[in-house]
Amino acid sequence: MAVEPQGESKRSPVTGPGYTFASVTEKISSIVLTRPTTRGWYIGFAVSFAFTLLLFFAIGYLLTVGVGVWGINIPVGWGFAIVNFVWWIGIGHAGTLISAILLLLNQKWRTSINRFAEAMTLFAVACAGLFPLLHLGRPWFFYWLFPYPSTMGVWPQFRSPLVWDVFAVATYFTVSLLFWFVGLIPDLATLRDRAQTRAKRITYGMLAMGWRGSAMHWHRYEIAYLLLAGLATPLVVSVHSVVSLDFAVAIIPGWHSTIFPPYFVAGAIYSGFAMVLTLAIPLRAVYHLEDFITMRHLENMAKIMLATGLIVAYGYLMELFMAWYSGNTYEGFTAWNRIVGPYGPAYWALILCNVIAPQALWSKRVRTNVPVLFVLALVVNLGMWLERFVIVVTSLHRDYLPSSWGMYSPTVWDWAVFAGSIGLFVALLFLFIRFLPMISIFEMRELVSKTEGRSAD
Amino acid sequence: MEKKASRPAIYGLMAEFDTPGELVKAAASARADGYRKMDAYTPYPVEGLAEALHFRATQVPLITLLGGMIGCLGGYGMQYWVAAVDYPVNVGGRPLNSWPAFIPVTFELTILGAALAAVLGMLALNGLPMPYHPVFHVPRFALASRDRFFLCIEAKDPKFDRQATAQFLKSLTPREITEVSH
Repeated sequence: MAVEPQGESKRSPVTGPGYTFASVTEKISSIVLTRPTTRGWYIGFAVSFAFTLLLFFAIGYLLTVGVGVWGINIPVGWGFAIVNFVWWIGIGHAGTLISAILLLLNQKWRTSINRFAEAMTLFAVACAGLFPLLHLGRPWFFYWLFPYPSTMGVWPQFRSPLVWDVFAVATYFTVSLLFWFVGLIPDLATLRDRAQTRAKRITYGMLAMGWRGSAMHWHRYEIAYLLLAGLATPLVVSVHSVVSLDFAVAIIPGWHSTIFPPYFVAGAIYSGFAMVLTLAIPLRAVYHLEDFITMRHLENMAKIMLATGLIVAYGYLMELFMAWYSGNTYEGFTAWNRIVGPYGPAYWALILCNVIAPQALWSKRVRTNVPVLFVLALVVNLGMWLERFVIVVTSLHRDYLPSSWGMYSPTVWDWAVFAGSIGLFVALLFLFIRFLPMISIFEMRELVSKTEGRSAD
Repeated sequence: MEKKASRPAIYGLMAEFDTPGELVKAAASARADGYRKMDAYTPYPVEGLAEALHFRATQVPLITLLGGMIGCLGGYGMQYWVAAVDYPVNVGGRPLNSWPAFIPVTFELTILGAALAAVLGMLALNGLPMPYHPVFHVPRFALASRDRFFLCIEAKDPKFDRQATAQFLKSLTPREITEVSH
């Protein structure tokens, strides 16, 4: 291990002092294996599961009656379903960014947050995937989206961004799942070896697939993991770019813009880090993981949030500038209508949440104040949801023909599906932290070996 | 059949070490002493261990490349066949093989093919899933996923001899030496 650069030692460490291979293993695996399930867990899971049931109920009603139960109509045909889809899939991006890009950049601080960030990605993409399917109108024919030799003799239209979306999201989910599972294999073996009951030993043993930590296996494993990271990096950039093309390829004013792909990707990372902070702050407090998820982690994430937030702010600015500079009447009107039209308050709220509020992160005192950081993360989550609402609704509700203008307002079923998807997301996270190690144990051992390495030799 | 007849009485001899440094040194000296059929077991990937055991570069990158190429060519080929051969739809007079529009799906399928190949290839080369393996007979082996480092010289190694190899392992000052049954 090379000597760390001078500046590194002055920074706050990525783990608390005095940890050994055994103690990190114990501390993380005990959360899953020996700690009794707390009352707080049961309450949290019960509440989120109740919302999940609400989701199932709302979906059931939707399937029985049809998409008319939502507020969508002409001219606003996209509504909450697409807003929520873009919001959820954006949230997923931070998980991949942390696990893949920070791995390639050799950022060691990622180690204690990558596992649950990846889980967050997986669950967020699962929630995201629901919405376009439900929006299909007849979701039970979802398989028509895939190219298969159907008896009708028709194929998907590969020139359409909506078909690109199917491939992008399906690939993203599959690769995220692979990445997460491959990362889990050695830890599942640890749980198998430490489990006290036969049922746990068998379950974790099956999942670990007989992993025994052989040097040859590790050798191949590390290469495969690095390759996956290298593959996931362009993938994550492509996914939100393709999502943005759903808008940008259309000729609707306010959508037809080349800035959309980079601006969507930055927004995705922005909202994703806000969600990682929203989850990490309560988790570290409840499970006393302050030694693993340190102030440095929170501060680094706050910095990334600030940086991506500025890119997003630049995107907003350029949207307005181009609307004016293009000299296009419709573009100009759409921009003006966003600011002062009937949905103006949503626009101003999004500017407040996404551009103004995060400027507080310039201050180190704010970045190191955990409750304030938590509130700011929630504000950014809200702001990014509003951003997608503004993009989807304001462009559609008043486009070229004033005779076909209209208003959109969500119904109780729109809200039920949205709230229900949050419930599903949280319920899956509760199950995850109860049954799987939320921090990568083997990577923490590696980190311990590297930080303690010099004193041990 | 012949192989089964010459099957050694035990799987091998296993030495347990406290630190990764000791294990790497032990692996290097076992290699220097002429042992070839051996493996080390560690709780995390130890730097320098694969080199000490002379594991050659793996085939994982090649398999990943092949998977990516299958995804890429298959993806483009599928779109070409669908859009230009089997189900041609004239969209605004644009060419049927409108390749720029086929890039996103081709790209996604390239990544998908490569990622699946990387993971499945890694698992297949490692022989996983493998529910049974002799090393699990050693009770202390559970620590290989916690904080101990093991070196196992297998009995099928031509130089293996129950007494001599045990003596050799003892010279490496391990914490413990165990016989691994089949």
